[in-house]
Amino acid sequence: MVPMGPRSLFEKIWDPHVVRDLGDGSSLIATDRIFLHERTGSVALKSLAEASRPVLDPSRVFCTMDHIVDTTPGRGDSTRMPGGSAFILETRSAAEAAGIRVFDVRDPLQGIVHVISPELGLVLPGTTVVCPDSHTCTQGAMGAFAWGIGSTEAEHALATGTLRVKRPRTMRISVEGRLAPGVTAKDLALHILARQGAAGGRGCAVEYAGGAVRALDMEARMTLCNMATEFAAMTALIAPDETTFSYLRGRRYAPQGALFERAMVVWRSLASDPGARFDHEIVLDAGEVSPMVTWGTSPQHAVAIDACVPQGGASGTTPEAHARALQYMGLEVGQSLIGLPVTGAFIGSCTNSRLSDLRRAATILRGRKVAHGVRALCVPGSMSVKRAAEAEGLDKVFIEAGFEWRESGCSLCFFAGGESFGPRERVVSSTNRNFESRQGPETRTHIASPETVAASALTGCITDPRDFATGEG
Amino acid sequence: MEPMRRITAVAAPLLRDNIDTDAIIPSREMKTVSKTGLASGLFAGWRYTAIGGREPDPGFVLNQAPYAGARILLGGANFGCGSSREHAVWALREYGFRVIIAPSFAPIFEGNCVRNGLAPVRLSVETVAELASRIVLDPQAHRLTVDVEQGVVYAAPSSQHPFELDGESRAMLLEGLDAIDLTLKHRADIDAFFASDRVARPWIYPDAAAMDRPL
Ligand code: SF4
Repeated sequence: MVPMGPRSLFEKIWDPHVVRDLGDGSSLIATDRIFLHERTGSVALKSLAEASRPVLDPSRVFCTMDHIVDTTPGRGDSTRMPGGSAFILETRSAAEAAGIRVFDVRDPLQGIVHVISPELGLVLPGTTVVCPDSHTCTQGAMGAFAWGIGSTEAEHALATGTLRVKRPRTMRISVEGRLAPGVTAKDLALHILARQGAAGGRGCAVEYAGGAVRALDMEARMTLCNMATEFAAMTALIAPDETTFSYLRGRRYAPQGALFERAMVVWRSLASDPGARFDHEIVLDAGEVSPMVTWGTSPQHAVAIDACVPQGGASGTTPEAHARALQYMGLEVGQSLIGLPVTGAFIGSCTNSRLSDLRRAATILRGRKVAHGVRALCVPGSMSVKRAAEAEGLDKVFIEAGFEWRESGCSLCFFAGGESFGPRERVVSSTNRNFESRQGPETRTHIASPETVAASALTGCITDPRDFATGEG
Repeated sequence: MEPMRRITAVAAPLLRDNIDTDAIIPSREMKTVSKTGLASGLFAGWRYTAIGGREPDPGFVLNQAPYAGARILLGGANFGCGSSREHAVWALREYGFRVIIAPSFAPIFEGNCVRNGLAPVRLSVETVAELASRIVLDPQAHRLTVDVEQGVVYAAPSSQHPFELDGESRAMLLEGLDAIDLTLKHRADIDAFFASDRVARPWIYPDAAAMDRPL
């Protein structure tokens, strides 16, 4: 065997998953986990069944109902989206026929796919994970190679247990130093996007490294990796460490006992070797990151919350696109973002709907009231998050502040065709995308951290969450 | 799948950067669990005067007479970014597009294109702009020829622009191949891989009994 030089984390996952080299830099890569949801997974399952192709190994395929499912309390199969229940019913029957475990509408483990898969211990370090959903990169936080695919590729993975993948280029983003108090992983993600531009990670497997990343807890790492797709990266990943292992230990579907210890031996080797080569290397100073908010219609249109709407766009934004974004958002160059009136506040989505997100938002909301005229919602990312939050009384904090407290799902992260915030309504949102009409026709979305959303809901305008600092860090 | 070798057709310019999949097919237009019935929702937010309506907005390029029947679309950089929804490609295909020419594509979208007989052709920003202005200025020059086999876009005898496609994408487009069939030719390799992996990494293979234990 050829002696191997120093390898990156990515290479250490890629290499053992190569079933066959297809030439041209492509390989047939074994997929350890396939996740499906009712919006795109239903199509894949249906067309596979129509072609009479069986699922190769249904025991490693998992399906949830998150995108279209209603999130109002007491929900069933009917949806706000006209015709939406067809997705639920067809997904259920196709998944059951294929022998796939479904986290169904009333399942106590249901939730947003990228929230439940790490939470249930389904995603393990060193695994390959695919899902017909662009935010699959979230799961790279576990030290996995996890990427979003199309429905046709999902059919391929289901039928063959593999995918034809062109080996991506690699990028390492090392974030050194420490994030300042009141600055979160979400702010770091937006800072990186603003710096790199919407195409700045094109097709790369991005490894997040450095002291500031290692200091993040697992949920914050997921938030950071979640937004890698917003700068066109294929995926993001973070080397597994003690934080990862202690998060994983005892999770429902994680290996237990001796098997866990055996796996750990392999998992501990999953770090980039000193001298590993990357196609791109970027080093950032965490100390430069402030609470961030977006002003435009691309996640790269992000600035420090106390900045003004900038003159030029982010990198790669043409003057025409810049003008169009301003027009859509109803903003002018030089306008202050702080103080901009909002009528909607949304805490949820696979970016920021986990227990730690809800706790931090609740710290700001406790004992206070949402401003008059603001419609505020909190949608826990999974039913497990919801139960855990209720056990701590967080639901009461949200409800007493004037938030709606929902069942888990994607909800108003995107407009499915039913519920929306309304045209030209300005919403501050803990989600990941502020595209035109993302949260409803003509709705204006400002992306920010859950604490910024909470603070802004209280004042009725975009607000620096540090104004509500509690001294708890 | 229909092979895509060479096409000569009307090209429509839509040179916005970062045209995302929500713009290509808004989620409200994806009403069924199906790959069809999507063409009328293509670019719905831009194409019609009102949300959810069907009255053509005369300002939108595809509603303008010279571009009727366009089969080639010229787009801006980072075409197809945003959600991974393959419906974007299905909608473009069902509308009739066979080629998208742009300076760059979002990776998931680009992969979806070749799997559905839609050729993603990358040309430089300058070339795309030049082709677009040629089209806008001269109604006679609306037609382009895209030859996937040769890897060339022809606008005129004096205007030839080579492009690159990786071998696999090219083969899939040219032969109209289904990737699953292609891969299942390696079934023996796949079975051998999983047989030895079960021994090497048993923790990857779930234990059904443990999974269904009560909450
Ligand atoms: S929460 Fe939003 S971004 Fe995440 S999977 Fe759902 S729709 Fe996509």
